[in-house]
Amino acid sequence: MQHQDITPEFSEDVTLKKLHHFLPNQNPLKDFIYQNSLQAFQDLPFHKGLERASSLFGYKTYMHLEEYRELYDKGYIKPEILRRAIKQVINPPDLDRWEMNLLHQKYIAVFQPRLGQLHQLWAQRYHHNVAKQVHGFLFRLLSSFIDQGVALRKFPLTDHNFLDAIRELERHAGWFGIFKSKRAKAFLQDKNCQIVDLLNILVGKETYFEQYLFDVAFAHPGWSGMVAVLERNPNQLFDKRQISLRDMLMLELLMEINALDKKFGEGKWQPLSSVIRNGEVKPFFSPTGHQHLFDAYAVWQEAYEWAYYDQVMCGLVLESPQENKPSPSRDYDFQGIFCIDERECSLRRYVEEYCNAQTFGAAGFFNVAFYFQPKDGKFLAKSCPPPVTPQHIVSETYAPEHRHKRDAHFSKESKNLISGWAISQVIGWISAFRLAKNIFKPSETPALMSSFKHMDKQSHIQYENIEQEPRQDGLRLGFTVPEMADRIETLLRCIGLTRNFAPIVYVIGHGASNVNNPHYTAYGCGACSGQTGSVNARVAAAMANKPEVRSILAQRGILIPDSTQFVGALHDTTRDEIDFYDEKELNEKHLTAHQTHKKDFKKALARNAKERSRRFLLVDSTRPAKAIHEEVKLRSVSLFEPRSEWDHASNAMCIVGRRESIKHLFLDRRSFLHSYDYSQDPKGTYLLAILRAVVPVCGGINLQYYFSANDQYRFGAGTKLPHNIIGLVGVANGIDGDLRTGLPQQALDIHDPVRLLLVVEHLPEVVSEFLLQDMPIRDLFAREWIHFIVLDPRSRRVYRYGADYEWHEYLPLAQELPQTDDFEKLLETSADNFPVYWINPKKNP
Amino acid sequence: MDINYLIISFVLLPFLAFLLTLFVPEKEESWIARFASAGVALNFVSLVAFITFWGLSLNFLPLNIKEITLYESEHYAFVIDFYMDFASIVYLLIGTFLTFLIVRYSNYYMHLEVGYKRFFAVIQFFYFSYNFTTLAGNFETLFAGWEMLGISSFLLVAFYRERYLPVRNAVKVFSIYRIGDVGIILAMWASHHFWHENITFFKLTDTAFVTEHISQHSGEALFIAVCILVAAAAKSAQFPFSSWVARAMEGPTPSSAIFYGSLSIHFGVYLLIRTMPFWEQQMAARVLIGLVGFITAIVGYQTARVQPTIKTQIAYASVAQIGIMFIEIALGYEKFALMHLVGNAFLRTYQLLVSPSVVSYLIREQFYHFKEREDHQNFFLGKRFHYALYLLALREFHLDFLMTTYIFRPFKHIGSKLNFITYKNVFAYFVPTYVLGWVLWFYKDDLASKVWDFIPIVFGLIALLLIMRAFAERHYPVHAWILIILGHLWIALAVIYNEKFSFKELTWYLSGVLLSGFGGWLCLVYLRRRESPNFNMYRYQGHSKEYPYLAWVFLACNLGLMGFPITTTFIGEDLIFGHVHQNQLILAFWLASSFVIGGIALIRIYARLFLGIHSKTNQEAPLQSF
Repeated sequence: MQHQDITPEFSEDVTLKKLHHFLPNQNPLKDFIYQNSLQAFQDLPFHKGLERASSLFGYKTYMHLEEYRELYDKGYIKPEILRRAIKQVINPPDLDRWEMNLLHQKYIAVFQPRLGQLHQLWAQRYHHNVAKQVHGFLFRLLSSFIDQGVALRKFPLTDHNFLDAIRELERHAGWFGIFKSKRAKAFLQDKNCQIVDLLNILVGKETYFEQYLFDVAFAHPGWSGMVAVLERNPNQLFDKRQISLRDMLMLELLMEINALDKKFGEGKWQPLSSVIRNGEVKPFFSPTGHQHLFDAYAVWQEAYEWAYYDQVMCGLVLESPQENKPSPSRDYDFQGIFCIDERECSLRRYVEEYCNAQTFGAAGFFNVAFYFQPKDGKFLAKSCPPPVTPQHIVSETYAPEHRHKRDAHFSKESKNLISGWAISQVIGWISAFRLAKNIFKPSETPALMSSFKHMDKQSHIQYENIEQEPRQDGLRLGFTVPEMADRIETLLRCIGLTRNFAPIVYVIGHGASNVNNPHYTAYGCGACSGQTGSVNARVAAAMANKPEVRSILAQRGILIPDSTQFVGALHDTTRDEIDFYDEKELNEKHLTAHQTHKKDFKKALARNAKERSRRFLLVDSTRPAKAIHEEVKLRSVSLFEPRSEWDHASNAMCIVGRRESIKHLFLDRRSFLHSYDYSQDPKGTYLLAILRAVVPVCGGINLQYYFSANDQYRFGAGTKLPHNIIGLVGVANGIDGDLRTGLPQQALDIHDPVRLLLVVEHLPEVVSEFLLQDMPIRDLFAREWIHFIVLDPRSRRVYRYGADYEWHEYLPLAQELPQTDDFEKLLETSADNFPVYWINPKKNP
Repeated sequence: MDINYLIISFVLLPFLAFLLTLFVPEKEESWIARFASAGVALNFVSLVAFITFWGLSLNFLPLNIKEITLYESEHYAFVIDFYMDFASIVYLLIGTFLTFLIVRYSNYYMHLEVGYKRFFAVIQFFYFSYNFTTLAGNFETLFAGWEMLGISSFLLVAFYRERYLPVRNAVKVFSIYRIGDVGIILAMWASHHFWHENITFFKLTDTAFVTEHISQHSGEALFIAVCILVAAAAKSAQFPFSSWVARAMEGPTPSSAIFYGSLSIHFGVYLLIRTMPFWEQQMAARVLIGLVGFITAIVGYQTARVQPTIKTQIAYASVAQIGIMFIEIALGYEKFALMHLVGNAFLRTYQLLVSPSVVSYLIREQFYHFKEREDHQNFFLGKRFHYALYLLALREFHLDFLMTTYIFRPFKHIGSKLNFITYKNVFAYFVPTYVLGWVLWFYKDDLASKVWDFIPIVFGLIALLLIMRAFAERHYPVHAWILIILGHLWIALAVIYNEKFSFKELTWYLSGVLLSGFGGWLCLVYLRRRESPNFNMYRYQGHSKEYPYLAWVFLACNLGLMGFPITTTFIGEDLIFGHVHQNQLILAFWLASSFVIGGIALIRIYARLFLGIHSKTNQEAPLQSF
């Protein structure tokens, strides 16, 4: 998308396309997908994109200058890091003066975003707040039309497209209709009426048309964005609707005309262009110039990021896994394949500590992409990374009855007149009891979204292909044996688990449990489109256990001994509980071992809960792990707990490499970890596949957090405490507000807004080579939306990928890392992010 | 132990806890929460102790406690009076129980929220006002509590004061509450003449006494009943005041739950139960109450059905149930209504608190039980009727629009017609006339009594006009402020023409006005000097961001000038009304209107200057549509 073009002639299609490009791209609540909030600016280098976005739309894209300076004063950002950042971003001749400026100068900044220049003239020159007249009712019409089940009586004409429905409604409603203005009524009924016709009345001059539409649409980015998303993908809703941005804008412009006609009389007011003074309104997309303040922001942001990354780099350089020797073929009791998710980072550490086990990280869909169809489910749930389109369905053929309880408090009857009368007398007393109980002794209620209920332990699933013909929608029910083998082979090769199989290999997906959380899908597995990863884990394990699959794998050089069994499992990241699937398939010997492992897992999970608890300020994390674990579990069922867990709030980096390469580094749950053995993939074929899944998922998570944290008003959803549920698709403040996009404040309190540091362990020249195969990813790296680093496993040197598409060696400023003897004590000392510590992993205490 | 002390403690204890909270530093979340829950919990214990004692020794007989006489002259007394009977004990119990739960709930829920202390302080202030109002034994006491409830509600709706919608809606809610307040003032005024004393609710239970009075003055009795109904309907969001309750859902969910789900919203019902002995013998009053309830039930039900947002839906469903309670009370089943009230309060509180869960719950329902929608609409009454009804209900029967257009806009309209009164000439016009008014008063014995009767009405009107002018003022906040002070002075002048008004009473009234007027003026002048480019009321300025303490001081002055029970003006206002004759209905109307409009004008000055999107922040400012 060109950022510089100025279109003198208005074209409806072009403008609508531009709007689609720039509007927030956020799905309805049931499918929260993380992505870069400034995706529209990704064609520019990071800092340039941020400045441009800020000058066009008024976004705040960095922290406050004072916040950076405070971090400097506290010693978090060290002077040498700052100086290095100045050199790198500006490279000025007079470094000292720059440093002084950054630390002390009062930058004079002009914030006059392009957005809103035109529309505000209604209030300024006509003394009429058109938006105030229009927004409330417009939002109400939109939400009623889109509503997925809040209203007891639905919008009458949802089988029409939005504008036709409004048309029909208005035609019959007569005096009680939407419009009072006669010409607005007439325009609505006239099917040939175009946006241009309305803009002619409202704005008058064609040069301003596009800009006016931007002002209108971006005065409520939440609703405009939702409509745009539903236009592009109506399947986002279970109960589908036909609605388009054009429909919405037509209606809104008509409502504006109506509001102005009502105030000034029909045709008795002049279009907006008549009051625009010469040169007053700057064209929206004209060049925005460059402000010194943004240089300062860029330097500070780099310094802030590298203040942490430098330690990581130092750690990577210091680690020295024995090269050339094949990894010691220890006899592990079991191996565990976890999700790449940074929430598994600490659990893996504890599992390795308590058990004689080896752990791996892989994208949590375990390379089996499918739609899951639960028993009695009327729809399909996508269970793979958002950019992937699955070809298969895995269905649940048996599930225990009554897995989801009903609750009268959510019933329609309670809101009716007569039944409500009866219910309030009876259920009311139960409510009081329930409320008191939940406050003093929280326990499970039907409102709980439990990860363990996504697929029941007793459920049967059909993952093998039995029908030859694909279904009508082109999807196949289940996988064929060769398909299974392909998937398992790629999974195992990606993580480098191709030999030395332990007797049991656990494949562990993850999910979250919470209550009173409209953003619940943001807590699930990012690699499963926000779903719980249990089905993928179970299916992957089952596939790997199939003798037919194993024999194909053996032909391809992956020999899985018959004595090895795979077991699917689910880790609940909120409650720190784990459950295993198909345990009865285990042979007797393994079953005994498995029982021991379960106990060890339990211990590891308690320790993990304790480590997490230091971030929950109201929990005393000096108590024994077991007690804390119980308290942590309660968070998932407590109505009053807006932070059941911290989700991805601590994310900062992603490391793709061998476990041995980071064995001694304490990364404080801040890193996505993907296992990868460069020696098994000399050409980097699998590495590219990994990056294709990791970059959109981890990069999306990271940038969504970055922007939500920096601008809670435009990117983030603000505090969730007053949120009101709108039509089950979004949240808003109060009853008349716009939909809020992004993450709420309660997800961000502990987040440091830094970009993702993506480290891969391979030879730089190999990485350069295969990057040529994926230009979008390569550009994203070069434009520094993600910091891309290569760790050369031979020399243990680290290289940064630069804007010139070349590698530049990075020499860490830190020479050593702090060490600690009593790691457990250390964790109790602070609730903040820790620096990278050098730890010596204990073995089997 | 005297049982009276225990009853006072139900009011004093929460007040003490509220005061203590004010002194805890902002950062000390746990202490703030501790004070709050300890205060309420202690009250709960003493309440239970009291009930036991009351039941055992007094067999639950209603109690009346004349607590404090704040003002007394030979023909007038202002008494804070408490009354305890079955209804008040039920009300106290559910209030204390729910407040306790909400305080515990919010301790976690509000963790790390900006304004944590403010939230708890307001909740505690609310709880104090709640107990105060519940225990009120006469109209004067009730009125004091009623006003405090109103202001705590305003502060909680505007909790997110840096955004536009909460602040706008808070002013809306406050405005409608103000109409309800007038109902009580007029009821107070009329009953003063009706009973020739400050009647206590306890005395109303004396059936013979009440019957005798009503049979003598049935017109006046109905007037009082209607005033009570207006007050009750406004507080309980009954027709035609229903629209505020959905708009009030701007604060954190627990505060919405406790205010608009349970406690505050049911106060109308409580008022009706409290005054029932008075109006139950009047058929007309009962029919009216029933009718209001009936219309509300229908309107509320229709509105609730079509709303696509969860909190609006719960709000209207609750309002419809309260409509039914009105009917129940009108039919004479007040015990039953009380039970209905308790059930409804619990149910809606819980529903609001779990409302965020509705997404996952209903999406899951939809996932497993989705049915393709059949348009089996009953077109029995025709499409036209259905679509019209749908749109009407979606727009809440235009109640919000009707309120602004037909109640508030006329005042604003007249006010803006008076724009010849400016900052510059207001003194030139009104100071000489005012002095003349006083001069005339000294010679009042020489005036013909016809003129004499007429003068207070004229002066009252002048007061009202000044206040309406203040209401319409946009440009000069200081101007509006001074106009309101002048309005008070004219009111004083108008009333002094009625006999027996002593200087002592005048001092009571005006000392508060002048004190808070001067204080507020200082605040405004200070702010104007510092922020002159952003010192007008065309938009919300949000200065509380930079001047948080000034904002509090100004709010206090504002409330003082409004006649809020923190200065002597509150009693003075009552004294003034006491001197309006029974036959001066017009004067009473002028005064009451000045009171409503003045209050709204004042809260607007506060809101426009100190609340809303900060006019000086041009980055990181919330959109107006939030």
